[in-house]
Amino acid sequence: MSAPTRIFVPRDAAALSVGAERVAAALATEAERRGVPIEIVRNGSRGLFWLEPLVEVETAAGRIAYGPVKPADVAALFAADFLHGGAHALALGLTEDISYLKNQERLTFARCGVIDPLSVADYRAHGGFAGLERALGVAPAEIVREVTSSGLRGRGGAGFPTGIKWKTVLDTPAEQKYIVCNADEGDSGTFADRLLMEGDPLCLIEGMTIAGLAVGASEGFIYLRSEYPHAHRVLNAAIAVAEAAGYLGASVCGSGRAFRLEVRLGAGAYICGEETALLDSLEGKRGVVRAKPPLPAISGLFGQPTVINNVISLASVPWIMAHGAAAYAAFGMGRSRGTLPIQLAGNVKRGGLIEKAFGLTLRQLIEDYGGGTASGRPLRAVQVGGPLGAYFPESLLDTPLDYEAFLAVKGMLGHGGVVVFDDTVDLAEQARFAFHFCAVESCGKCTPCRIGAVRGRETVERIIAGIERPKNFAVLDDLCTLMTDASLCALGGLTPIPVVSALTHFRQDFERARPVPPAE
Amino acid sequence: MAAETGWKPDAAQAIIEAGKSAPGALLPILHALQDAFGYIDRSAVPVIAEALNLSRAEVHGVITFYHDFRAAPPGERVLKLCRAESCQAMGCETLVAHLAARHGIAVDATTTDGRLTVETVYCLGNCALSPAAMLDGELLGRVDAALLDDLCRPQPGSVS
Repeated sequence: MSAPTRIFVPRDAAALSVGAERVAAALATEAERRGVPIEIVRNGSRGLFWLEPLVEVETAAGRIAYGPVKPADVAALFAADFLHGGAHALALGLTEDISYLKNQERLTFARCGVIDPLSVADYRAHGGFAGLERALGVAPAEIVREVTSSGLRGRGGAGFPTGIKWKTVLDTPAEQKYIVCNADEGDSGTFADRLLMEGDPLCLIEGMTIAGLAVGASEGFIYLRSEYPHAHRVLNAAIAVAEAAGYLGASVCGSGRAFRLEVRLGAGAYICGEETALLDSLEGKRGVVRAKPPLPAISGLFGQPTVINNVISLASVPWIMAHGAAAYAAFGMGRSRGTLPIQLAGNVKRGGLIEKAFGLTLRQLIEDYGGGTASGRPLRAVQVGGPLGAYFPESLLDTPLDYEAFLAVKGMLGHGGVVVFDDTVDLAEQARFAFHFCAVESCGKCTPCRIGAVRGRETVERIIAGIERPKNFAVLDDLCTLMTDASLCALGGLTPIPVVSALTHFRQDFERARPVPPAE
Repeated sequence: MAAETGWKPDAAQAIIEAGKSAPGALLPILHALQDAFGYIDRSAVPVIAEALNLSRAEVHGVITFYHDFRAAPPGERVLKLCRAESCQAMGCETLVAHLAARHGIAVDATTTDGRLTVETVYCLGNCALSPAAMLDGELLGRVDAALLDDLCRPQPGSVS
């Protein structure tokens, strides 16, 4: 009998959310019934979510994709000889040739959806641990120099140069230093961290280990949001696998240098994505924002020098170390070097992950990749950068995805989330929600955020209800200026961005007469 | 979420003892307690405070700060419904209205028969398949009214 055909069915949470587990079970059952030998590999997702569950079959010509597959399609797929790439209505051809995927520059996500996330052999066969091996052979300062010259900026949202952060930690003497991964991916419209942690967790582990070697830290924590139970299981399993293979522990790859890693769960507080609140939360306290200085790089977790970086920042490091800073910096535009994993979501036909060099425009993203709105109605607004990001009208869709270009149009790139809205959206309601969200999630430490968010929500509600609009618009302007200038952290400081952008670009939504006052 | 019914002080004490020596032990202990019992009983506060050398106020402050931690047992099943922007763009508020109008179920409350708790959550990281929800830890995508109707039927059964 011939060797079993390898079939890939994602175990990514998003794929599972639309039935991947049942598809995997149906494939196994049908194969057994027919007496056909198959091996089902549970990979991560490729990030082409409208095609999930995306089933891939390994053939001599390459991996051939079928999707979205329902359990009821399985018998017909076997009948169409999909094990040899047979024609079927769900056939998509070679996975690598799907234009959405083909027209990307996947560096950080190169392995995601391709390999078995918990196989060290698979990871190594696809270039894994090459960066770590190089890092083990050079001086710490050399690693920091490499990351600095790659131009990598924090992918969590703030865009601070990663190498500079690392240099501060390296230059601060201490008995104990820490590497903390910010995996509290709370922005609506973002899922890149989750996708990577579930699809290629060893990449994050490798990146954190390199960071540990670079700054002299022997311990790391991944602070993971509790909304990601699947990622939690995968990360813990991946850490165990890496320990067993000698990549983590008392002597990383026999180098005599220790690096240990632990996953800690958040508890549903958006503010814990702010780095100092996250550190307080890791210490077992309420997630309250700390005043800076001191910077976490000097006095961070338990008062020790701490590198705190987003998942994608850390997961970009293995590629940079393996291929060199110049190769990474060759991608991008202006001061935004390398690639940005963009997450296309909301009311869009083809939502998913698009890793591209900086510089793609919103229009190219939404029209060429996204295929327009899911509802088929006209697009009205796009929110970029999470709940604290600006709402852009159609006329600004030619803005390139670049940190500076977004600042110029009073927005921000944030963590790269793009949420599309059709023409049923009410931007006054979205502005009200921005304040509501800030009020719910404020840590309460500073007055502009704690009180301002509540007053802001009330003011927008009065405007919506048509009460003394001119006066309330003046109050709103004043409040937004105050929150921007006087809040302690980005939550209070950036909440005015969605509000002001809605007021600027969609003023008519605030000014029109309404039949009923808003709910709540 | 295979939480047992009823708070067991001895079991809670054992969980607290087992977790108390880790650095930053409070959150892991609270998670372990809620995983075991579905909520964190008030009676745990002085016990945790004693074990971690904290004040009761500090422990109470942490429990009440985080949205995850519950002070009372949830319903038999817990549905977390995402109401953040991406899911708004795909009509999650219509689902909230449907739950209220069709089934008389309010969000952020437990049904009177104790069968179902519905909670608001802001983002489950399934934004390309909005509207999203999580049922007893299982992620759901492209949630629609039919799926909610299925869940709200009198006899317990599997969803989707």
